Amino acid sequence: MKIPYYPGCTLKTVGKNFETSAIESAKVLGVELVELPRWNCCGAVFSMTTDDLMHQIAPIRNLIRVQEMNEKGIVKDEYRVVVLCSMCFNTLKRSNLFVKEAKERLEKINTFLTDTEEPYQGNVEVIHFLELLKNDVGFEKIKEKVRNPLKNLKVAPYYGCLLLRPEEVGIDNPQSPKILENLLEALGATVINTQFKTRCCGSYQTVNRKELVAELAFDILNQAKMNGAECIASSCPLCTFNLDTRQEEIKKAHPEFEMIPVFYFTQLMVLAFGLKEECCRFDLNYVNPKPLLIEKNLLKT
Amino acid sequence: MALRDQKFLEKVKELSGEDLSSCMQCGLCSGSCPAVGQMDITPRMLVRLIQLGHEKEVLDSKTMWICLSCFTCVARCPRKIDFAKLGEALRQIRLRKGLDHIHISEIPKEELKRLPQIALVSCFRKFTS
Repeated sequence: MKIPYYPGCTLKTVGKNFETSAIESAKVLGVELVELPRWNCCGAVFSMTTDDLMHQIAPIRNLIRVQEMNEKGIVKDEYRVVVLCSMCFNTLKRSNLFVKEAKERLEKINTFLTDTEEPYQGNVEVIHFLELLKNDVGFEKIKEKVRNPLKNLKVAPYYGCLLLRPEEVGIDNPQSPKILENLLEALGATVINTQFKTRCCGSYQTVNRKELVAELAFDILNQAKMNGAECIASSCPLCTFNLDTRQEEIKKAHPEFEMIPVFYFTQLMVLAFGLKEECCRFDLNYVNPKPLLIEKNLLKT
Repeated sequence: MALRDQKFLEKVKELSGEDLSSCMQCGLCSGSCPAVGQMDITPRMLVRLIQLGHEKEVLDSKTMWICLSCFTCVARCPRKIDFAKLGEALRQIRLRKGLDHIHISEIPKEELKRLPQIALVSCFRKFTS
């Protein structure tokens, strides 16, 4: 199946390890993620003030691209758009709901865009890649495609905030989600449950309050380690930066801290499906995950 | 309530779209907040101060700049008050006067190189006008 795909800015640079691993593992499952032509930044955060229509325009423009892909026959009758980045997913989905729930908002935006865009019809659905895996592919089929089960690899799934909250856009139960657990189990991994899997990593405060973020990340990682995790599976480039790269700051504040690898869940899919290691782009992971993978016989030396 | 205080309460209501009158001060928001330790006024107290229209105290607080927009309090509030929207409204009241919370020139160059776009875009969206 062919389905429109929105990457967002970070997946084209430091999050390339997320994008490449997702696109390649999707192929194994018979899914072609077709990148939106002329996509633009979604704004990263949803504008929450009631009178702010201006900041809804960037996300809505991307949804118009999905309409166009159907009109041009790039995809066939597929008005869903798949997003990988949790922040882009949340922003696009909330903006979509915001204009759909009040006709006058949609009309105003369409009027503003008259000269440059076809009107947005409000018929696009924003979904996360994990939802596609669960509902369209199915975890059973994923299990069938596993060539190298992630045996004995103890993984703590980390959801963060924006995949689950607020509830109207969340992809699973906001208090006790299971979707990542189910995927990791299908890949053969040993899932380690942690209480902090839905706790915030500090998000955008990483720019001006990195010490606060390092402390939040320290708690999340420590709890995972105490429960026996050897690595973390994440689904967001900002969470990944805060949990992975900020381990440098954690180490400065807590010299006894031992670093722990943070994967994108799609990198674990690549490994389990037996695809080439290059698809994982481990060069972009801050904490080198290779020693752990070699120890577990999941990677050759 | 003085007219000025009333006006502030109305402004916050208008921008956030939230009705604060149902808050029963249970404190679940403060208890759920992962960043409450950094705040000078807890989310529960802030709601009370807005209800009372204490504009200066509310806008001088650093609470809305510490908020992570993680929506944990939103998910848990038994009265369905969206505190994240209140925080956004308070930030916007300041930002729309051109009072930026952070200045790009003050971020060290090495950090700018290291930070992913997603961090910079979201932070500037939240903290600059």
